[in-house]
Amino acid sequence: MARSQRQLGTGVLVRQYIGHLAGARLRQKSPPHGSPHLSAFHFRPLQLKMVASRAIGSLSRATASRMLRCPGYICRSFSGTSALRTRTHINYGVKGDVAVVRINSPNSKVNTLNKELQSEFMEVMNEIWASDQIRSAVLISSKPGCFIAGADINMIASCKTPEEVTKLSQEGQRMFEKLEKSTKPVVAAISGACLGGGLELAISCQYRIATKDRKTVLGTPEVLLGILPGAGGTQRLPKMVGVPAAFDMMLTGRNIRADRAKKMGLVDQLVEPLGPGLKPPEERTIEYLEEVAVTFAKGLSDKKISIKRDKGLVEKLTSYAMSIPFVRQQIYKKVEEKVRKQTKGLYPAPLKIIDVVKTGIEQGSDAGYLSESQKFAELTMTKESKALIGLYHGQVLCKKNKFGAPQKEAKHLAILGAGLMGAGIAQVSVDKGLKTILKDATLAGLGRGQQQVFKGLNDKVKKKALTSFERDSIFSNLTGQLDYQGFEKADMVIEAVFEDLSLKHRVLKEVEAVIPDHCIFASNTSALPINEIAAVSKRPEKVIGMHYFSPVDKMQLLEIITTEKTSKDTTASAVAVGLKQGKVIIVVKDGPGFYTTRCLAPMMSEVLRILQEGVEPKKLDSLTTSFGFPVGAATLVDEVGVDVAKHVSEDLGKAFGERFGGGSVELLKQMVSRGFLGRKSGKGFYIYQEGVKSKNVNSDMDGILASLKVPPKSDVSSDEDIQYRLVTRFVNEAVMCLQEGILATPTEGDIGAVFGLGFPPCLGGPFRFVDLYGAQKIVDRLRKYEAAYGTQFSPCQLLIDHASSPNKKFFQ
Amino acid sequence: MTSILTYTFKNLPNTSKWALQFSVRPLSCSSQLRAAPAAQTKSKKTLAKPNMRNIVVVDGVRIPFLQSGTSYKDLMPHDLARAALSGLLHRTNVPKDIVDYIIFGTVIQEVKTSNVAREAALGAGFSDKTPAHTVTMACISANQAMTTGIGLIASGQSDVIVAGGVELMSDVPIRHSRKMRKMMLELNKAKTLGQRLSLFSKFRLNFLAPELPAVAEFSTSETMGHSADRLAAAFAVSRQDQDEYALRSHSLAKKAQDEGLLSDVVPFKVPGKDTVTKDNGIRPSSLEQMAKLKPAFIKPYGTVTAANSSFLTDGASAMLIMAEEKALAMGYKPKAYLRDFVYVSQDPKDQLLLGPTYATPKVLEKAGLTMNDIDAFEFHEAFSGQILANFKAMDSDWFAQNYMGRKTKVGSPPLEKFNNWGGSLSLGHPFGATGCRLVMAAANRLRKEGGQYGLVAACAAGGQGHAMIVEAYPK
Repeated sequence: MARSQRQLGTGVLVRQYIGHLAGARLRQKSPPHGSPHLSAFHFRPLQLKMVASRAIGSLSRATASRMLRCPGYICRSFSGTSALRTRTHINYGVKGDVAVVRINSPNSKVNTLNKELQSEFMEVMNEIWASDQIRSAVLISSKPGCFIAGADINMIASCKTPEEVTKLSQEGQRMFEKLEKSTKPVVAAISGACLGGGLELAISCQYRIATKDRKTVLGTPEVLLGILPGAGGTQRLPKMVGVPAAFDMMLTGRNIRADRAKKMGLVDQLVEPLGPGLKPPEERTIEYLEEVAVTFAKGLSDKKISIKRDKGLVEKLTSYAMSIPFVRQQIYKKVEEKVRKQTKGLYPAPLKIIDVVKTGIEQGSDAGYLSESQKFAELTMTKESKALIGLYHGQVLCKKNKFGAPQKEAKHLAILGAGLMGAGIAQVSVDKGLKTILKDATLAGLGRGQQQVFKGLNDKVKKKALTSFERDSIFSNLTGQLDYQGFEKADMVIEAVFEDLSLKHRVLKEVEAVIPDHCIFASNTSALPINEIAAVSKRPEKVIGMHYFSPVDKMQLLEIITTEKTSKDTTASAVAVGLKQGKVIIVVKDGPGFYTTRCLAPMMSEVLRILQEGVEPKKLDSLTTSFGFPVGAATLVDEVGVDVAKHVSEDLGKAFGERFGGGSVELLKQMVSRGFLGRKSGKGFYIYQEGVKSKNVNSDMDGILASLKVPPKSDVSSDEDIQYRLVTRFVNEAVMCLQEGILATPTEGDIGAVFGLGFPPCLGGPFRFVDLYGAQKIVDRLRKYEAAYGTQFSPCQLLIDHASSPNKKFFQ
Repeated sequence: MTSILTYTFKNLPNTSKWALQFSVRPLSCSSQLRAAPAAQTKSKKTLAKPNMRNIVVVDGVRIPFLQSGTSYKDLMPHDLARAALSGLLHRTNVPKDIVDYIIFGTVIQEVKTSNVAREAALGAGFSDKTPAHTVTMACISANQAMTTGIGLIASGQSDVIVAGGVELMSDVPIRHSRKMRKMMLELNKAKTLGQRLSLFSKFRLNFLAPELPAVAEFSTSETMGHSADRLAAAFAVSRQDQDEYALRSHSLAKKAQDEGLLSDVVPFKVPGKDTVTKDNGIRPSSLEQMAKLKPAFIKPYGTVTAANSSFLTDGASAMLIMAEEKALAMGYKPKAYLRDFVYVSQDPKDQLLLGPTYATPKVLEKAGLTMNDIDAFEFHEAFSGQILANFKAMDSDWFAQNYMGRKTKVGSPPLEKFNNWGGSLSLGHPFGATGCRLVMAAANRLRKEGGQYGLVAACAAGGQGHAMIVEAYPK
């Protein structure tokens, strides 16, 4: 019954949304021993990962030869001359009286719905509808791992006006409507990613059969790009899976695996993936899927199979409830409320989705389709959508290894320190098949780390993402030990010991005595300069920084830091390992705080200043979250750890001087001396108690804050000014990192800020923000604050350059 | 000098094996080549090995294999095993006290008789000084019992072994749930009424949900029939081919039964019931009837049905294995030599039932034989689709090269030499007992049909497999 409640209750589906959009989840309990990291935020920024990029990744393994598979029967040209015309995206043949339409976009690992594909598809369908010999059709992709990954984003982006987009959407709607009304049954045979426009195509068919493997996922990820399903999806999906489930899919954009899709009624049949036979498994599986689909297509045209699905009791109850207007209104209201609460009104797409679905149900499908195409067009023109699409492209870029393949693939990993970070790194390594040694100094510490890895895997078993057997076999990739046994085989050692330079030096020397020549030494540090760590190394070209973010299994970002001496092959190898671990990677130059920590530090300094000026922590939190940050600024300090923040502030303050000034480190020092270390000690700005969800302000802080109080400056202390004081300092520092060459590209800057630091995804990252908001406006704000506070607000040269020439953009 | 000559002579057949390998792998020991005999129809005269004891089957029996839930349903596994042992004693007249060791295979264990070999042996009147143990290796448990015995004889530990297998699917251990068991165990330790009451208060109705023995592969949670259906699909084996093969199995079994060829069957007087004399699962049907059945595992479009799968069976088998010189000294005329054998294992998910494909070329290579040398094939038929998929795999160079690391295919067995007296599909498949049936069928067929070498092969849960060469004992 748990599921039934989930289907009925709208609350839950919107809760899913939290994780995806605004999603700050502060669920880590006090971090046990291990390296306290500045990066210990618990942000869950927008999870774009499920968009087509996954399909791209999964496809990279398929070889070209497998794609050029030969169909098992003769492809007949059908209506004379027209079939002789070479089509590039679609071809079809006929098995008995069933047409098999194969989608295979040329020179691409994925099929995307673009104009050519659409026109060829309609051409083929028209021939099929016209033919007397064809009674049904099967729609299938020739690419293993991808049905259709979605509509072509560039096709939409190239539209200049909303009218153009509306037209585009209406063309899609008409095409799918024709398909839906087809008198000859069309079966979609789905293997691999069936997302966005691909799903809209599939749900327009009369029947769907999907391969039950991990690559086969169905979903509507449009919301993650700030748009909505614009080819009839908002109208068809609620009818197919029910309103609550449709909202869940469209508002979270999450991927649905084939077996779940079957239960929801999104697909009608499942086909099990096959093992080796007389052909490679992937190839034969697609062939088998086609055979099964052809059987069903025949059965449908012979009326031996009905497309009606038996609905379960729960489904029947749901649809009955949805037939009562009052219930529907309540659901719209509830969903909208939750969405507003979670998005703080910063993301227009979810609200429009609710609106369009509502229009379709309440005013009929004509109104629904019209509303869908118009709202779709409106959304594509928004800044939010541009920002999110920019992030999507950036993420795709940061999932590639631009340093090429390393000479030797790292297969054996050793991790020093079984703390929160070390164990987290181990967890994301073992499940990718890397043999991993986890070494700690104490048995207790090691045991805790091993338990963390096990728990991470076991949680997946509970969610049915893994079987208990798979868990055990993955866990056997991990070796826990207290000594350096086996290090002679390691290809890469990642140290995650305490952030203490002399300790790092000691382990580096110890490790270098036992590892082979080719082995890379990577340091997981959030602030210690890598060249200082490498100073004691015999082989500095093999030393690199790998800055993971906590919790490692949730945070997608990996910041790789190279020194002057780091070799290209070492970098290539570190990126390869990071990619294998499923990370989005930015590669930055060495320097105090690298990129991420350095951007955050001036903002943190401003946080202290704002608190000293008498703004309540709760008020400050709400100002930052309403700007789009997933975690409030005061809470962030508590989460990171006050002592860590103090440490970093002092270090970076020394390195950068006045520019990092503003707030007084004294505030942090006093908190540390009182034992207010944040969440881990139970007290910081807030009081943390086990099992208590609501946070109370730590009243003991009043004295400290009062003693350090500075008078606020009234002309720069409005709510908006406070928000911009924080954000402009962040952005200014980010741009400076690009100016100084710490960052190689603005794309990496945006990805690092959003995926590592929780910079508001709706703004697209600091660089996209400058482009969309206007460099001049940001410089103006900085100048205003500079006048009030001093040089910490002085805009950097690159920002001034962009302000003075309006054509200059970080992204063209 | 004589000894050298003898040695060379003994070594002769063995060298041809090397020669055979040589043709496959041109780089291996060229010196062996010179000793290779000229080409002949049979690669070898005998598979005897120098300095190795010849091991023979004196005879083997089985009680009739019955569909579970029929005449054996009120018995316990050791009852069936005891019946097989008594039958063997009767058939061979072997003095009980000369048996050195008894080994039985079984799969689903009756908890009360977990060492079912010992319980059955004691009950059958074997000496209480004869040790016995039970082995398990899914469907090749009885094969494991036999080869364990071979090991004991070959290493000189024993001279006379009884190996067998038993399975009773009419009754399987159904357990209380883990939660219930835990509570019951804690209750056992609870001393005061208060403790007991507090334990009772934790009781929930769902504790009573029973736990059935696993029908699915533990590592993959997939049932064997489901895997067989996928295997058949992977090798593009059609439903019709599967039904035809199943019909062949039933027809051949019926014929063998009618002609009295199944001489390993011994009658079993079931207490309180009639004497059972015949296997009761042999039911030749028609293709039309079989085509009507719905798929049993992958619904609604799969190809494996109840009619083309082996059925749940009760049964037991036993076999007398001796060192050749011991058998001869006791005046026995053995039926066959047990020669080279192999165990293989592969991916339990996608190649669960391909054991015979992997094991066959390996055992042939080990014995220095080719497919042409084999006169009688006895393969375990778990599913029609599984047998036909194995045929296709054995006949595929692509499969051999990509999955088995071999240069060429081994070839599929000729159907006229294959399971000529029926197989597990028709005779039944008591998991733990089938292995002995296969070996005895091969031995009896060689005697009846006049061949020299038999090849026994079987797949087993866990993605394992087995093959053994059986050589006819010269008449």
